[in-house]
Amino acid sequence: MNAVIAGIEMVLHWHVLATIFVAAAFGLLVGAIPGLTATMAIALLVPVTFFMDPISAVGAMISCSAMAIFAGDIPATLMRMPGTPASAAYSEECYAMTRKGEAEVALGANVLFSALGGLFGTAILIVSAPVLAEVALGFSSFEYFWLALLGLTCAIFIGSGSPVKGLVSLFLGLFVAQIGIDNPAGTPRFTFGNTNLLGGIDFIPAMIGLFAMSEVIRTMASGARDWSVRQTALGNPLKGWGRLMVKYWPQQLRGNITGTAIGILPGAGADIAAWVSYAMSRKLSKTPEKFGTGHVEGIIESTSSNNAALAGAWVPALVFGIPGDSITAIVIGVLYLKGLNPGPTLFLNNPESIYAVFTVFVIANLAMIPLGLAALKAGTALLRFPRNILIPLILMFCIVGAYAVNNSAYGVVLMVVFGVLGFLMEEHDIPVAPCVLGIVLGKMLEESFVTSMIKSDGNLLAFFERPISAGLGVVTLLVLILPVWSAIRARRAAAT
Amino acid sequence: MRRLLLAGLALAASTFATFTAATLSAPAAMAAYPDRPVTLIVPWGAGGGTDAVARIVASLLEKDLGQPVAVVNRTGGQGVVGHQAIADATPDGYTIGIVTVEIAMMHWQGLTQLSGASYTPLALMNDDPAGVQVRADAPYKTLDDLLADIKANPGRFKASGTGQGGIWHLALAGMLSSVKMDPKSVPWVPSNGAAAGLQDLMAGGVQVVTCSLPEARSLIDAGRVKSLAIMSTERSKLMPAIPTLKEAAGSPWTIGAWRGIVGPKGLDKAISDKLQAALRKAYDSKEYQDFLSGRGFGGRYADGPGFAAFMAQSDASLGAVMKEVGLAK
Repeated sequence: MNAVIAGIEMVLHWHVLATIFVAAAFGLLVGAIPGLTATMAIALLVPVTFFMDPISAVGAMISCSAMAIFAGDIPATLMRMPGTPASAAYSEECYAMTRKGEAEVALGANVLFSALGGLFGTAILIVSAPVLAEVALGFSSFEYFWLALLGLTCAIFIGSGSPVKGLVSLFLGLFVAQIGIDNPAGTPRFTFGNTNLLGGIDFIPAMIGLFAMSEVIRTMASGARDWSVRQTALGNPLKGWGRLMVKYWPQQLRGNITGTAIGILPGAGADIAAWVSYAMSRKLSKTPEKFGTGHVEGIIESTSSNNAALAGAWVPALVFGIPGDSITAIVIGVLYLKGLNPGPTLFLNNPESIYAVFTVFVIANLAMIPLGLAALKAGTALLRFPRNILIPLILMFCIVGAYAVNNSAYGVVLMVVFGVLGFLMEEHDIPVAPCVLGIVLGKMLEESFVTSMIKSDGNLLAFFERPISAGLGVVTLLVLILPVWSAIRARRAAAT
Repeated sequence: MRRLLLAGLALAASTFATFTAATLSAPAAMAAYPDRPVTLIVPWGAGGGTDAVARIVASLLEKDLGQPVAVVNRTGGQGVVGHQAIADATPDGYTIGIVTVEIAMMHWQGLTQLSGASYTPLALMNDDPAGVQVRADAPYKTLDDLLADIKANPGRFKASGTGQGGIWHLALAGMLSSVKMDPKSVPWVPSNGAAAGLQDLMAGGVQVVTCSLPEARSLIDAGRVKSLAIMSTERSKLMPAIPTLKEAAGSPWTIGAWRGIVGPKGLDKAISDKLQAALRKAYDSKEYQDFLSGRGFGGRYADGPGFAAFMAQSDASLGAVMKEVGLAK
């Protein structure tokens, strides 16, 4: 108990709190700029942390990443441009709410449920980090293969309209994921001898192109008329939030649990968590037909999920020094520099530091609410601009964001190509979301399959030999086969 | 709002730049170079070991040169994209980069024409030898036990730690061939970096991981992984109990992942000398040495000509192994 108090005391110094607050504001700014990810925000912080005491350094990184993941929702909602990949899953839904004049409601839900998701993930981290890290460490490529395949089945649920068009989009994404040399065999594919293509198709410019650039083209094609809807003000956030929390508590809880679980697994982070949660929300919803039309239900579940994943990723990072996502990969390096070497010994020898880290998590997630509300008010003011001024601004952000990913014009070219592709796809009612999902999961699917085959000397049954893998395999096969089976039965019944 | 934010950001950046310039650039005002910010290209992602080295070196160079040194990550293509960007830059001293051991490997695979000779070497900054890691509950006390078991069961053991044909893959192949065993008797399972390989070792997917000690450190400290040998001429400062390959198996094979700072080919001698002096100072600084020991990284310094010779030697020995295991084109 003394360690808990000592840990809390370590945080409650004005310079630590000020650092946390400034880092949060920095995370808000970077996360809200499309193309700059939460990972990049953390990487930019690293040289600054050289000059901080350990708790301030860790505090800065926690609050910065939490804020950045939430802030990615702001441009997603206002401009259909996910600020970070973690917002991609539900940016269409948020944007649809904006078109209905409910931008403030959507962002308000994002603020609240991001904060609550983060707190839930933190609670899990505090209560059971050592046990859960042990489970996560048992995941090998066999398990990841099934997880990736299960994730791909989400494509069936996220795209509206015909399943065939959803599959077309998904396969397009999987094809894009094949380009380049970053595959298990290290063989260049579809590169035509071009050094840039050797690096493959970067996910972020592709995402900005498919979502935001395509919308810019569509608006230009239709003459950039102003929207006729007026944005309704949020009013008293506490009142609206109470209603949302009562109405959607199962969605919130499900998002929290899914997000934390995916976050704990090394190799899967906040972006995948958001996709899975959005698909799950739609599948299990009582009103799935409302999804895609500006319905807050799926947003709540997935925005809870991506912030919960953030805290979950710290579980294997603190216990075994194995990063749960790309953010904790950077954090581990800083922990070493600050003498907080991750490992079970950290929990034994340095418990007050661990409790200080937990305290920072709680403070950072609570600070998200006032900071987020301020950002929301400032952000929605943007929507009062006439469309013919706003659209060129959005185009500018598309270009800057695509360039910033790798500091090269190649990103801008990719963004434009995918913008035209996205425009053409949507003109033919082909949803773009499954394509983005294919790009996200394609590499993981291929890597886990090929490495599993090498390990098992080509024996396919190895995917069912390990208990967790076998369980996941059966679930995946059921999810894939059941809809087909019931469709066949329905057809037979109709025939007789 | 967004414009306001950006304007504010630009203002903050310029204030910061003026501030640092005003406080630090007094001696630099005399010399012509550098009179504007320098860019340091990193061919690997933000947050990795190479990125960490680059960022601390950049912050130390910044102090010494009196100009901001901006770190830019140019990733992709297993390092080819970034290495190409450094070589293609104008040799005016305002774009330099950090090259890694892959520069001595990629051209053997036919991925690029680039080699160590495509740059103006400035300083070798760090070298981490490969280790041989197995699970802590594996029944081997020494490397000989492991090698004997591999010999008895060729093909049964799998190893991991990096991508196909990556540095740790070559470490394994070179070690096996140096003790007169078939390099193919332990098939390689490509992984996305050392952490993913170690994770697979814990999950039971592979049996051996030949990554460096700092990469395996947290799991060794946690008592989950043990290291049987390191492939270096001397023992590690971090974990002196681990024998070298020569002590453990009588093999002279050494290999490590190294990192150094270079400029594009044809850098002016005055600029190159100035950068070499600044890098030497950075290497000797307390900050850099503390950074190395904090992360458990191995320090190794060589000046420009020394680094050139080191790269040529590394290139030849890696090329020989790659031909032997059939990775070279």
